[in-house]
Amino acid sequence: MVGVGVLVFCLLASVRFGAAEIGTGDVISSFTDYDGSTDDLIIRTLRVPRAIIAALVGASLGVAGAIMQGMTRNPLAEPGVLGINAGAALAVVASVFLLEASSLSTYALFAFVGGGITMTVVYSLGSMGRAGMTPIKLVVAGAALNALLVSLTTAILILSQRTLDEIRFWLAGSVAGRDLNLLLQVLPYIAVGLLLALALSRQLTALTLGEDVATGLGQKTAWTKFGAAVAVILLAGSSVAIAGPILFVGLIIPHVVRFFVGVDYRWILPYAVVFGAILLVSADIAARVVLRPQELPVGVMTALVGGPFFIYLARWRVKR
Amino acid sequence: MIKGMKGRVALRTRRPPISFRIDLRVIAILLLLALVTLAGMVANVGYGEYPIPPLDVVKTVLGIQTTDGAYSFIVNTLRLPRVLVAFLVGVGLAIAGAILQGLTRNPLAAPEIVGVNAGAGLVAVTLIVALPSFPFSLLPPAAFGGGLGIAVLLYLLAWKGNSSPMRLILIGIGLEAMASALIWVMIVFGEIFQVSRALIWLTGSVYGRTWDNLWSLLPWLIVFVPLAFFYSRHLNALNLGDEVARGLGSRVELQRALLLLTSVALAASAVATAGTITFVGLMAPHIARRMVGPSYGGLLPTSAMTGGALVVLADLVGRTMFAPTEIPCGIITAAVGAPFFLYLLYRTRNA
Repeated sequence: MVGVGVLVFCLLASVRFGAAEIGTGDVISSFTDYDGSTDDLIIRTLRVPRAIIAALVGASLGVAGAIMQGMTRNPLAEPGVLGINAGAALAVVASVFLLEASSLSTYALFAFVGGGITMTVVYSLGSMGRAGMTPIKLVVAGAALNALLVSLTTAILILSQRTLDEIRFWLAGSVAGRDLNLLLQVLPYIAVGLLLALALSRQLTALTLGEDVATGLGQKTAWTKFGAAVAVILLAGSSVAIAGPILFVGLIIPHVVRFFVGVDYRWILPYAVVFGAILLVSADIAARVVLRPQELPVGVMTALVGGPFFIYLARWRVKR
Repeated sequence: MIKGMKGRVALRTRRPPISFRIDLRVIAILLLLALVTLAGMVANVGYGEYPIPPLDVVKTVLGIQTTDGAYSFIVNTLRLPRVLVAFLVGVGLAIAGAILQGLTRNPLAAPEIVGVNAGAGLVAVTLIVALPSFPFSLLPPAAFGGGLGIAVLLYLLAWKGNSSPMRLILIGIGLEAMASALIWVMIVFGEIFQVSRALIWLTGSVYGRTWDNLWSLLPWLIVFVPLAFFYSRHLNALNLGDEVARGLGSRVELQRALLLLTSVALAASAVATAGTITFVGLMAPHIARRMVGPSYGGLLPTSAMTGGALVVLADLVGRTMFAPTEIPCGIITAAVGAPFFLYLLYRTRNA
């Protein structure tokens, strides 16, 4: 519950601090005494939605990463590894290059579609053969497809400087300028994804013990894996759609959470929600404040903020 | 020679007492790969704005006079060094990747995760974007320093009485993410033209590589490739787990440090020469494993040849596909290697 308290604090801080200087009193008055001034507009239409979006994206990525690491039993797994980020990025870059798309909601649409298609392809590739989906096949197929898609994306970016210029900020991952409409379009997917994930927590815990153990316990592992994959697509796809490819959150949040609560997914998933949100919201605050009035993309900050903490955990907490 | 098991030949000498067991299948596959690579090299050297027939290519390289005097310049000064650099870079990256996959016992391991790409990339991108007048010829040593520096930092951070592979992987990921983030800062805020140049370097390209590049790359390969081959026995043991390896008599920490050093040196020199080519170190060992099996005695040479072939062919494709625009070979290694690898996955799906 300390975690939730920290989260609320971060959310409030996110609204309070930012590129423009706005005092705490003014922040409060923008809610109680709205008068259409620029400051009030900033608070209500820019910062609050942004904070909420950051929290939700962070939560989704955290949960998606936790599911992936459990499903594949590989500590290096994260939604990016399954090619979702790469597929989404390629779709968006292609749309800018070929169709001259330029609005965030168009990006979002392409990102969602691209990510979904990629993950479906990877999942099918990883399930080929008699043994069905095994973690190693999935991860290796994902890495191969990831390399392919990233190379295609880079090819376009090298061939067209215009595309590179337009898209580079989005590619770094950012929650800047996203409005609530965008969020509302994607919210159902996030909600379904989260509920699905939470519903599967018991099965996921069993799955982390190994395929055979889970089957021995009476689980229908194929359905669990399928459900988990759907959840990951929904969560990670929505995140990329809103905020672009944000790496690292899905990777480190599960590790961080495991250090605190152990290996039971009934605890890991809710904590992943909270911790993921905290990470992204604080990264966003830092991104806005560090180079004021310039803004860094939040995808950059998650790595710079999360990285040292992650290294500390890896060094002092990994036993073997 | 004594014929041991089917398909294997044992070589033994009395004095000094040396004994090898050679798998004939590995030899066959190596020869096949060598043929493919040579064909690719000849094709690559022959292709260009000034096309040269394959037979003349071979003649020029061997020093035999041909009908057109310009061939000598084009082949020997421009194209040959580039192709040879491509091959050696592929070899270095593939072996580095194979070693890392064995050390960390993780199929996703690649030179990228020990931070070499990140460190070298960060130094290179910073120099290209922030100091546009930095001489291009000094970029490789600087990048090498960056790659080596990050790897050393990684090892120091991961050392806590022992060097657990898990810690190495995790801390490597952390460092790589941070370096990546800093690189993105440069990309987002840099002047677009410099960013384009930086992006090409990041993708990995052998464009314009000369004999100087070759001579600075070669010593690293000459020293570390035989070392890697020599240690393949130990890699097999380490791959079984620390306890098993110790039980078999391996000096685990020493071997792991040496192997890590080998891998980093090979990867750093390759990246310093050609930029961060990301696919080869990850996939060449996998492709090789599907062909010759997991024993490192056969796996290392096969990975090396596979990696070399991949980069040479990728460079060829990159030059020919969208002529006259040249696509950097780093893009093609992934674009060509990935589908082939997926095909291999499909072929062996019931294994």
